[in-house]
Amino acid sequence: MKSLEELNAIRDKVRDTVVIPDGSDKIRVVVGLATCGIAAGAKPVFNAIVDEVEKAGLGDKVSVVQTGCIGICQFEPVVEVFEGGKEKTTYVKMTAEKAQRVVEEHLKGGKPVVEYTIGANLN
Amino acid sequence: MIDNQDFNNVALKDTPFYKAQERVVLRNCGVIDPESIEEYIAMDGYAALGKVLTQMTPDDVIKCVSDSGLRGRGGGGFPTGRKWSLCAPVQAPQKYVVCNADEGDPGAFMDRSVLEGDPHCVIEGMAICGYAIGATKGFVYVRAEYPIAVKRLQIAIDKAREMGLLGKNIFGSGFDFDMEIRLGAGAFVCGEETALMTSIEGKRGEPRPRPPYPAIKGLYGCPTTENNVETFANVAQIILRGAEWFASKGTEKSKGTKVFALGGKIKNTGLVEIPMGTTLREIIENIGGGIPNGKKFKAAQTGGPSGGCIPAEKMDVPIDYDNLTAIGAMMGSGGLIVMDEDNCMVDIAKFFLGFTVDESCGKCTPCRVGTRRMLEILEKITAGNGEMSDLEELEKLAEYIKANSLCGLGQTAPNPVLSTIKNFREEYIAHIVDKKCPAGVCKNLLRYVIDPEKCKSCGMCKRACPADAISGERGVPYSIDPEKCVKCGACYATCKFGAISKQ
Ligand SMILES: Cc1cc2nc3c(=O)[nH]c(=O)nc-3n(C[C@H](O)[C@H](O)[C@H](O)COP(=O)(O)O)c2cc1C
Repeated sequence: MKSLEELNAIRDKVRDTVVIPDGSDKIRVVVGLATCGIAAGAKPVFNAIVDEVEKAGLGDKVSVVQTGCIGICQFEPVVEVFEGGKEKTTYVKMTAEKAQRVVEEHLKGGKPVVEYTIGANLN
Repeated sequence: MIDNQDFNNVALKDTPFYKAQERVVLRNCGVIDPESIEEYIAMDGYAALGKVLTQMTPDDVIKCVSDSGLRGRGGGGFPTGRKWSLCAPVQAPQKYVVCNADEGDPGAFMDRSVLEGDPHCVIEGMAICGYAIGATKGFVYVRAEYPIAVKRLQIAIDKAREMGLLGKNIFGSGFDFDMEIRLGAGAFVCGEETALMTSIEGKRGEPRPRPPYPAIKGLYGCPTTENNVETFANVAQIILRGAEWFASKGTEKSKGTKVFALGGKIKNTGLVEIPMGTTLREIIENIGGGIPNGKKFKAAQTGGPSGGCIPAEKMDVPIDYDNLTAIGAMMGSGGLIVMDEDNCMVDIAKFFLGFTVDESCGKCTPCRVGTRRMLEILEKITAGNGEMSDLEELEKLAEYIKANSLCGLGQTAPNPVLSTIKNFREEYIAHIVDKKCPAGVCKNLLRYVIDPEKCKSCGMCKRACPADAISGERGVPYSIDPEKCVKCGACYATCKFGAISKQ
């Protein structure tokens, strides 16, 4: 790294893929793959989302990445969906089967699967 | 059916769990891909290092960190800026930055989560420290039980090196800095700074007397600054957002936020980051969602085996370094274990002391022998053979061990015992005088009895009993022979009619 300008150029290039800007049709899906998430079964969930996104032909629109611990141990595996200009959606206690439905109905169909969200699982 | 319009009514950020939190250290955890240096950079990563190397002198950096009020997150709470300022002026051909990621407290996982979720923020903090104190080499000491943290940190180091964010002439400034990982074998004492450095040197991890302090004579005899993972994780944010921003959070003498690993008898277990000064009540009742199964909160243990308990009466004390020390607990590195009415405080003290007895390195006598003597007394009390003079003996031994041990392990090992005696003396007395364990935990002081009124004489308990201690026939209430009973609780768990009780 030679200069701050060089660093800033990388930041500006990548920023929109991490923080989806308003008006973008891109979707970012993060799966909590820290020790806690993996222990709760997050790896098959991650793999299922990657496969289903591929199968549904959403590869250009949806990026699926691993992330660290979100902090809510008892809700693992946790999957979060970020869309431009919207509040993120937090899916909890995920399984590979549930992931399939999320890809189909939310990522493809645009309608979040309410019953898997944290709001529906608080009690 | 919930209306689809409503799906975001309870977004994560609006849950009680998150509302009271403030994420500085954990800001990228759960957001970025920890294996992508680009994503870290996208969130202003390495901008602080760039700013430091191109616009600030080492003295500016130390002043900024000092002004922020940041104190060490590894437990002791030593002011970080002051620590750096002690090492900076020492002239030596080689100096080191060491990051303590040993995280030995049972039940704690704050540092692991930072390394797994945002490893670059630790690397960046260490490089900034290196510039400030004039060190060109860093080590991260991580326990080998954290394989994912180790793997992600190694990937992060490799990528930072590839991009020239570690290595020679970073940002064209002429500053060189590189680092390596050292794996620890999981000994608690190796979290103590001098033992940790001895272990990095490849020797048996034992502490050595201070002074000389690491700032003068540390790793390989060279001036060394050692900080905790979470301490380093705060540094880049302080540089970027300014000392005033950081100092505006928290209490008068404890600035910023603290990450806690919330566990035990609590509904929402997890990792929480709160501004210093938040009360325990806020953490337990709001963030933690309270105690499960309608039980009553009894105490919370902070500081692990070196710490103490905070009883229910002290729930409204704002949590910071000095307040916790004043009430006989301590901040520690962030383990927060919640206990309810079913936890026996004598048993808890025995558990932590058992841990320190196992983990004592044996180098100094007060710790090696003294903690074992204390444990024997606690075992005697929980077995029902205690005498009132044992309490005095415990307190006497505790003071002696605290005053004479070589390192922090022994100096703090009696704390869980002292703080439970102070806050729950009547529970000790119940064990000693009444030969009863009020929480129903200590087996030797327990009796399982069948209430003949409630017993339906179904025989389930008799079948569950592994010791053949239960007799009775259909139609007649069953009873337990206390001589044969091994107090396993199998009958208690089996009875559908609530006829068996612990007394
Ligand atoms: C027995 C013992 C265990 C310790 N374990 C740790 C640990 O796991 N992690 C840690 O950061 N500090 C631990 N410490 C504290 C370190 O000695 C040291 O004070 C700290 O890492 C300094 O960093 P800080 O100023 O950033 O807090 C331990 C101390 C003792 C006495």
